[in-house]
Amino acid sequence: MEKHVVVIYPHPDDESFGAAGTITQFRKQGVPVTYLCGTLGEMGRNMGTPPFANRESLPEIRKEELVKACNVLDVELKMLGYRDKTMEYEDRGEVAAHLKGILEEIQPSLVITHYPDHAVHPDHNALGAAAIEAVRLINPEKRPTVWAQAITNTYYEEIGIPDISNDITHYFDTKMEAISAHSSQVDGILSQFTQKDGEYIINEDIKERFSTEQFFTWNFED
Amino acid sequence: MKTIDSNEVQEILNDFVEKDVYIHLETTNGAYASHLDENAYNVGAYIRNAQVSFNQAKIIKDDKIYRVGLKLEMGWIYAEGLTDWELTEKKELLLAGHDRNGRLMVALEISEVPFQY
Repeated sequence: MEKHVVVIYPHPDDESFGAAGTITQFRKQGVPVTYLCGTLGEMGRNMGTPPFANRESLPEIRKEELVKACNVLDVELKMLGYRDKTMEYEDRGEVAAHLKGILEEIQPSLVITHYPDHAVHPDHNALGAAAIEAVRLINPEKRPTVWAQAITNTYYEEIGIPDISNDITHYFDTKMEAISAHSSQVDGILSQFTQKDGEYIINEDIKERFSTEQFFTWNFED
Repeated sequence: MKTIDSNEVQEILNDFVEKDVYIHLETTNGAYASHLDENAYNVGAYIRNAQVSFNQAKIIKDDKIYRVGLKLEMGWIYAEGLTDWELTEKKELLLAGHDRNGRLMVALEISEVPFQY
């Protein structure tokens, strides 16, 4: 069993879309989970449907949504204080050192982050790379395992099949509840499959998209 | 935010003329544009808290959308596709263009105090 799991993603909602089921699975086993959230998603393009946020009010709104989602997922939240869409311009070594300091304090047995160059958003790629660098800097005997999440359309062809595949069907409702907490970003998406009484129309597409969470165990030997 | 009323916005623009102001200007089609459509390109730019002074400011209606041009001593600032506006408690003028799904396409914001960073 894991001792402590640390999830490192850059945007409020990455945790819910990416790993909510896996996180819930760990919490049900009594494993502490900490989410290090890189930014407040300040530059998000979605403003709610219909829009209720604007460019200046969005950070506070997304922070509240993040706290709500973390309560749903029952995880400890640490906000790293970077700015949306700028992570790739930060000094990689500085971000890695920042993360390493936090990881050495928590001493997790597992770190979950994005797979660099296979995570679509520049912030995902940059924070994933910094997180992996942070773990690489830790003494190999104390190094936590890293699970890296790839989400490009081409990762199967380019890096293969993820070795970790979690069927999270049991935690589907919790995942949907966590995703729903991020109203400003997901109202539009959720309205496509929400019935009038608020029940989700769970078709095969959604099930396939949300019921499996996959990760590559990072190989530090390379 | 509410639908742009040119008269109201023009009045507020006039108040900023010949003052040192901070600008936030951006346009984006989202970080996932080419992920969701392989024929699309990701396009975006933003500048935040650029300090400028303009001597003319004009909002122009074109069908359902608006354009705003600010004339600087040695240049121009321009935004097209604006649909909505708001004046915040901090007297920040927020102008934004949203698509049919309410997603932000373009923003032009003007304030006498820096935008929160």
